Order: sequence, then structure tokens, then C-alpha cells
Amino acid sequence: MAELRKRKRRRKRCRTVKRKKLVHGRRKTVNLRKCRPRKPRHPALAPAGTHPPAPVAAPPAASAPPPPTSPPPPPRLKTIQSPIGVYSGPFGRAQAERLLWRAGFGPRPGQLDALAALDLEGAVLSLTRPTGVAPMDGPEPTVDGQPLDVFETWYDDTLYWFDRLVRSRHQLVERLALIFHDWWATSTEAVGSSQFMLEQTNLFRTHGLGSFADMVRAVTSGPAMLVFLDGISSRRGAINENYARELMELFTLGADRGAYTEADVRELARALSGWRADWVSGVGYTNFRWDQANRWDGNTKTVFGQSGRFTWEDACRLVVQHPLHPSFFVAKLWSYFIPVPPSSDVAARLEAAYRDSGFQIRPIVEAILCSPELYEGPRMVKPPAVLTAGMLRARELPIDDARWVWLTDGAGQRLYHPPDVSGWDDKRWLDTNTVRARWDIVNEVMRGQSITSATWSSYPAETASEAVAKARAFWLDPVLTDETVPALHEFAATSVPDNPRASLRAQRQNALRQLIAASPDYQTC
Amino acid sequence: MTACHCKDFSRSALLRSAAAHAGAGLRPIEAGMPAAAGTGLSRRSFLARSGGLALAVFGGGALRPAAWEEGIAAASAAGPAPVLVSIFMSGGVDSLSLLAPVGDSRYAALRPTLALADSGVPEDVFTEDVRLRWHPDLAPIRDLHRGGMVTVIPAIGYDDPNQSHFTSRHYWEVGEINPLGRVGWMGRYLDRHGSADNPLQGLSLDYNLAPGLAAGSVPVAAVAAPEKYRLWTRDVWDASLNARLNERFGALGAQPTADAELAGARDAARQTVALQEQLAPLSGRSPAWTAPASYPGGSFPRRLAVLAEMLGMGLPLRCVALDANGGYDTHDDQNGSLPGQLNLFAASIAAFQADLIARGLADRVLIQVWSEFGRRPRENGGGTDHGAGGLSLLIGSRVTGTLVGEFPGLATLDAQDNLRHTVDFRHVYKHIVQDWLGVDATGIVPDAAKFSAPLALVR
Repeated sequence: MAELRKRKRRRKRCRTVKRKKLVHGRRKTVNLRKCRPRKPRHPALAPAGTHPPAPVAAPPAASAPPPPTSPPPPPRLKTIQSPIGVYSGPFGRAQAERLLWRAGFGPRPGQLDALAALDLEGAVLSLTRPTGVAPMDGPEPTVDGQPLDVFETWYDDTLYWFDRLVRSRHQLVERLALIFHDWWATSTEAVGSSQFMLEQTNLFRTHGLGSFADMVRAVTSGPAMLVFLDGISSRRGAINENYARELMELFTLGADRGAYTEADVRELARALSGWRADWVSGVGYTNFRWDQANRWDGNTKTVFGQSGRFTWEDACRLVVQHPLHPSFFVAKLWSYFIPVPPSSDVAARLEAAYRDSGFQIRPIVEAILCSPELYEGPRMVKPPAVLTAGMLRARELPIDDARWVWLTDGAGQRLYHPPDVSGWDDKRWLDTNTVRARWDIVNEVMRGQSITSATWSSYPAETASEAVAKARAFWLDPVLTDETVPALHEFAATSVPDNPRASLRAQRQNALRQLIAASPDYQTC
Repeated sequence: MTACHCKDFSRSALLRSAAAHAGAGLRPIEAGMPAAAGTGLSRRSFLARSGGLALAVFGGGALRPAAWEEGIAAASAAGPAPVLVSIFMSGGVDSLSLLAPVGDSRYAALRPTLALADSGVPEDVFTEDVRLRWHPDLAPIRDLHRGGMVTVIPAIGYDDPNQSHFTSRHYWEVGEINPLGRVGWMGRYLDRHGSADNPLQGLSLDYNLAPGLAAGSVPVAAVAAPEKYRLWTRDVWDASLNARLNERFGALGAQPTADAELAGARDAARQTVALQEQLAPLSGRSPAWTAPASYPGGSFPRRLAVLAEMLGMGLPLRCVALDANGGYDTHDDQNGSLPGQLNLFAASIAAFQADLIARGLADRVLIQVWSEFGRRPRENGGGTDHGAGGLSLLIGSRVTGTLVGEFPGLATLDAQDNLRHTVDFRHVYKHIVQDWLGVDATGIVPDAAKFSAPLALVR
């Protein structure tokens, strides 16, 4: 009903006029829609700092009924209702560190102790229940001393978002935005508009802790995806299957699971038809709208065995309500936080909770962030953007240069430039090329942070143990494995002669800082 | 000056580099622009221990790196095979400066400030068409031509020429007039005659894959600078400390662990340090090995020097692609920028050829020099805008060394006042495939049948 009202309002807002226009260099008669401005649908930059007001106390309506077979979840959680096991070990700096790297971009100074002072639930809630405009720590980003010019300067869109990873206190909002950017991988190289890309990121900020069903509709009808997967060129009589296929294969259902047939792809594509936009020379695509009268294929379609005169909104509903969607969603979301898949029991409980909540994302994220699998399970490689943002956070460094774009790209991840529509390969971040790139990233974080030769001669006395402790503290005392700690001490003791002169002590300190941040341990958490 | 697309060009060059890396479409730069070849290939990286190379491998996803190493070893053992080195002069080089038609009556009028004077040096006269003079900075190539090692195609192009850098180079890259092409022309050759386990068969000497090498089914590779692969640390100057730091980094990677992702991170660190050691003979000052020829400085000649060394090592290269030094989109200040670039270009090519001869490899290697189009005969006051017919060179000890196609002259230009082409690039591709690579061009050059006239490129 609400969907119907929305559609009617949109039709009324616009009227159609015929115009001769140059489209891709060819003169065409096009239907131009004159529309009132659509402020709420296509926000500029401003809303990037905000995200929807989130309820502080009550979890989303219709929380999961208790699973039938096993005992109810431990009663330790007061606010969060998790359908799965809850971590019951100590919650200290180590657990806080893992939580911040998995659900954010690592700690800033003081943050580990602050989080460790809370209990598990308090720490998780501090991430999952943000309210209002995200506070930003530290100075605004600049390049060559100038503020970013996000829509005009090449790379500044990437820097704009990268800065938010570093400075936003709503860390999970930004981390989920990155996760959903990977999930709905859309590239500015094909979209050709920073504006559209940033708007899409705003959708992820808005819906990342909200309803996945809403996110599906918002992304489907958003300019970035409409351009990226040819939504605006799919019309009655000339159906383009690009988006229909990826919507099912990559975004909601998964390939080779028996979820859909090739016939479903073709039929869903017809339901999704009808979007259009105007090409304005010097501006690009504008005035995106669904042209039901002229471009939508209004015939009956049969999708997943159901028939009807489905629209794009029906298509979005059908894929989310598909019985195999919850299992796809839970497995994929889980994989961004925990490197080992959930047991079938845990997966089933999360799927039921997700379905029963009406496709709410927050309850699943909260359950994952409280799970023993997160704190007791194996380590996970930090994606390049996460690692780099985290080092800048640890050192409280501002974005004052564009080099982070190149550096993270060299390590295999540039925001707004996923390799293809399936996103980054999150299992293959590290190889001989990218390890070297990560080594260079540490070097660049150390620019202005290393002990330079000008002060070597006055470098204080420092034993090997003191040197290691100081270098570890430089990176906020990250958890290091039992194998690495003695190796660092041995290095500090043997890499320089006994009683090293001041200049060697200083260089040893630089070397230790490099070694810790480049270490395999620090690449994972 | 006239409206200059230089800014657009550098922007699209950036995009192209990103796209070849990422395999995404390129539509946004200019409406109607085709996507780059090479889309859809995923990139994997591995270390070929046999060759000591860090490669970004594109395609061939089903194989483990170990299989590639075996493939490289097997292909190396199979013995010599012809090698094609495709060198791209990016931006649309001004053919009317490379071989200046000083004997054409319209030349001086069309180029009031840019026309090259007749140098009076007898050697500069192009022996096969005395209207033409070699640019003085191309003297090393002029001499190779006089030695019978350069086949000149003075007016190459295609019908209905497209003056977008991107679109035109795309046609050259995919080897057909097809905006939607996804596989490069050399990639198609490798798909049919290459192997499933030798990524070195299609080698891009760059950070990203050259679209012309993008294959549909077999793996190909990119490596920018095997001779510069090393770990550097800020403000650690002490050589012994630095060596121990790198050593320790590798040692951290050698520690066993049951944790899967940590084990992967450690393995990668260990391999990185091992690779650095393997490449040590190549790293450092350029080039560390003793090349039998003297190369000028710069990344283009260095890549050629590395290439000669790799061929000398017996690595199984088949098609190699790299960009020439500089950029040739000379919309303005052409006389300021072009001579120095041509000078370095020619010196590099001559050094590479001398290197190959000294190593006894010259008969195995064909160099193909190309650019996406030539430039407008009528200058714009200090530079030249995008044109149509351009120049291509085939260089090697087994080329015919004779003019292919005639220089059409400036008296009659095409409908857009550009140089008419007298040879189609696909015609040249057809004969490179047939006469140099030695296989049927059908399917590799889709329109090969349309170009039935004989074309003597190589001996």
C-alpha cells in the first residue's frame, strides 16, 4: 500500500515533454520529464554525516521467537536479543581490539581501555545503536592544504569516504557501508559520477542497520546501480538482463543453489524494466525515474513460480521473500565478520531471526558481534582500507594528502573501484605484490612519524626490551602472537651491536615500528 | 591555441589504467565510448620461482600457482618460438613529424610553425619515398631502416576513423571495429595457440594488463619492474640493520600456525622476502646485470632491457606489450615536447635491437610500434589535433625492410581534413599472425578475409 502511494506521488510530480536531444552523439526524440526537485531522494553530500535515528532501547519489532530445539540464549544480554550463543569469557582489551577491527577500523588512542571498561553488551551497543549526526574526530581532510573538492577533483570521492573511515565515531555505520559497497559492488569507473556513488554510500549508511528489504529497493532505484547494471537501458521490447541476473546471483540469492532458473532471470528482468534517465551533455545522466507508461513491460511475468504483472518493486520483494534468501544473507553477512562459516544450527537460528524480524540487519549484526565465534575463533585478514584507516586512527593522523588512494589501491582495494560486480575477493588480500604494498603503506604512515636523523644523536638510552615495548605502544599495544613477541625481542637484541650508539638505537626503534605494523600478526586480528 | 583534449586524455589514461586493473567498463569518460578489452578477467598474483618474477596473472583462475610454474618451466623447455613485442605510442603520435613530407607542396602551408626543415643531411632522406625525411631525433631508427631492419607503414588506419583516443585504441586493441570487444587481438592468438598454464606467454610490462593481451581463456601476466622489487624502510639507513629487518620479516612469516588466515599472511610475508632475494641480481641500479648494449636512462628503456634479459633467461614469452616513453597527444607546444621524446624512444629501440642481436635473439623478435591515430595535417598554431591515418613500424632482423602502403600525400585529405590511410591495421595484424606467429589468422583477426592483398612484412 505504501509502495503504491509512493509510486503515485512520483507520477504526479512529473510531466512528460518531447524534445529533440543529442544522446550519445545521436539526435533522438526523447521524452523529457519535467519534475519538481527531488530533494530527499537525491541528497547531496550533507546527509553523509547523518544516518537514520536509531531506537536506543527497543530492538526492532517482531524479534525472533525462541528456537525450538536448544536452550534459550544466556541471560547476560539485557537489550540485545541474540538467537545464538553469546561469548561468556572475559571482555578486556584483546576482545575490544578484535571488536573494533572487525566492526570498525581499529582503535584510536584510549579507545581500547574505554571499551574494555564496558561489558560485552555495552561495547557492542556502543557500535550498533548510533544516534544523530556522526561526530568526527580530528581535523577535516585536505590535499595540498585545500579542502576536498569531492565532485570535481579526481580521487577526492575516495578520500572523502576514506576520511570518514578514519574520523567518524559511528564506526560500524562506516564499516557496514564498506561491507555493503563490496556486497553491491558498484564502480565509479562505469557509473561515471561521484555524486551517484556517494549517494549510494549514503543508502548503505541509512539502511546498513535497518531493513535489507528497504536497502534492496533503495539500491535498485538508485542512480548508481541503474547506470552500472543498465537499469536505465532496459525497457519494454528491449529488456536488459544485467541487473536481474546480478540481483539474484550476487546480491540476494546466490548462484548454483537452485534458487532460480534462466527463465526467472528473463522474467525478473521484465519486471525490473522501465527505468530511464536523461542524458544532459556536460552533466551526464539526470532525472532518473520509472516510466511505467512508456518503458515498463506490463505483461504478466512468472517468477519463482508466481505470476503477476510484476513491477520493479515486486521484483525487489520477490527476491527478498524467496525461501533461499535468508540463508544467502546470513552466510554472506557472517563472512564479513568471522572467517569460518557458522555451524548449521547457528546459521538456521540467524536465518529464522532474520526472516521473522522482517529482514532487519541490526539484530543479526548484534548477534554476530556477541557470538563466541567472533572472540574465540581464528584471526581474520584486515582489508587494505581497514588496515590503512586503522593505522591513521592509531596515530591520530589527518588526511592531508591523496597518496592513500594510490597506496590502498596498490594493496588491492580502492574505495568506489571494486574489481568487478562481485566485489573484492576477501579471501585473497595477501600475495607478494600486496604484502610489498602494505609494507609501503606502513612507510607512508611513518612519514613525519619516524625518528629522523636530525634527532638521532640525542636519542635516549633504551634497552632491547624497552625498545620493543615502546614500538608496541606506538601502535597501541596490539595483540601479538606468542611466536611473534619473542621474535621481536630477539630482533631488538641482535640486530644492532651491544651497547648501540644513539643513532642505531633510533634506527632500531624505526625498524621495530615498521616490523610490528607490517607483521603478519598485525595484518590480521 | 585550440581547444585541447590533453586534460581529458590524461584523465582517460588514468581511467584506462584503473579499468585494465579492475576490468570495469569505461563508458563515463565520453558518452558512447566502448568498454576496454580485458573486462571480466580477475587478477591473481603469484611468484614464479623459476624466473624470479612477481606476476599479476589475469585469467586462468582454476589453476594453482604451482601449475603455472610448471607450465612456465615446460614452455621454456619447448624451445624457441617467435616473440611479438607490441609498443604503444600513447596519445596519437604525429606521423607527419616522424617522417616529414618535406617534398609535399602543401606541407609547409599546413604546418607554418611546425614543418620540419629539410635538414640537408643525405641520410635523413627516406630512401623509399624521397618526399619524406626522418625526424632528426629518429636517427637511430633511420639507421636501422638503412640496415634493412625497419618496415615502414606510413599511412595506417581504418575506414570511418574515430578520433576518440579511447575508441580508436580500443579498435586497435581488440583488432576489430567493435566497440563491445572484450578480448585483445593478441589474447585471441594466445587463446588458440597458447597454453593453459604459462602466464608469461602474454606479458604486460606494466602495473596493469595491456588490453591487447586480454585473453578469453588462458592466463596472461603483468609485471612492472622485476628489477625494483624490494622493501624499503623509512629512516633505517644502517645497511646491516636494514638487512636484519628484512630477514626478520621473512622469519616472522616462516613461523607455523594453525590459524588459517594468519598462516596465509605469514606465507605471503615469507614469499615476499624470498622474492626480494631472488630478484636481488636485478634490483638496485639499472640494470644490475651486464646488458650487451648501452641503454639510455628511463623506465621505457629499462623495461626493454629487462625484457631482453628475460628473453635471454629463456623465459617463454610470446606476446609482450608495453607503452613507449612519454605521451604523444601534442595539442600544443609540439616542438617543445616531441623531439626529446622521440630521441629517447629511438635510442631505446636501437639499444634493444642491438641487445637482441648481441644475445643472438634478434631473429626471434618482432617489434611492432603503433599509435591510436595520426594527427591533423593542419596545425593549430603550436600543436596538432587528433587525426586519422598514422604511422606504424615493424622492427627486427627478419622484417622485409620495405615500405608497406604508400604515403598518400597531402593534396587530398579525407572528409575531416585528415591523412587518408593506405593500409588497414587489421591487414597488418593478419600478416603478423600468419607470417610471423605462423598460424592461420581466421578468428584471431575477425575481418582477416576482407584483406586479401599480399602484404610483405617479414621474411
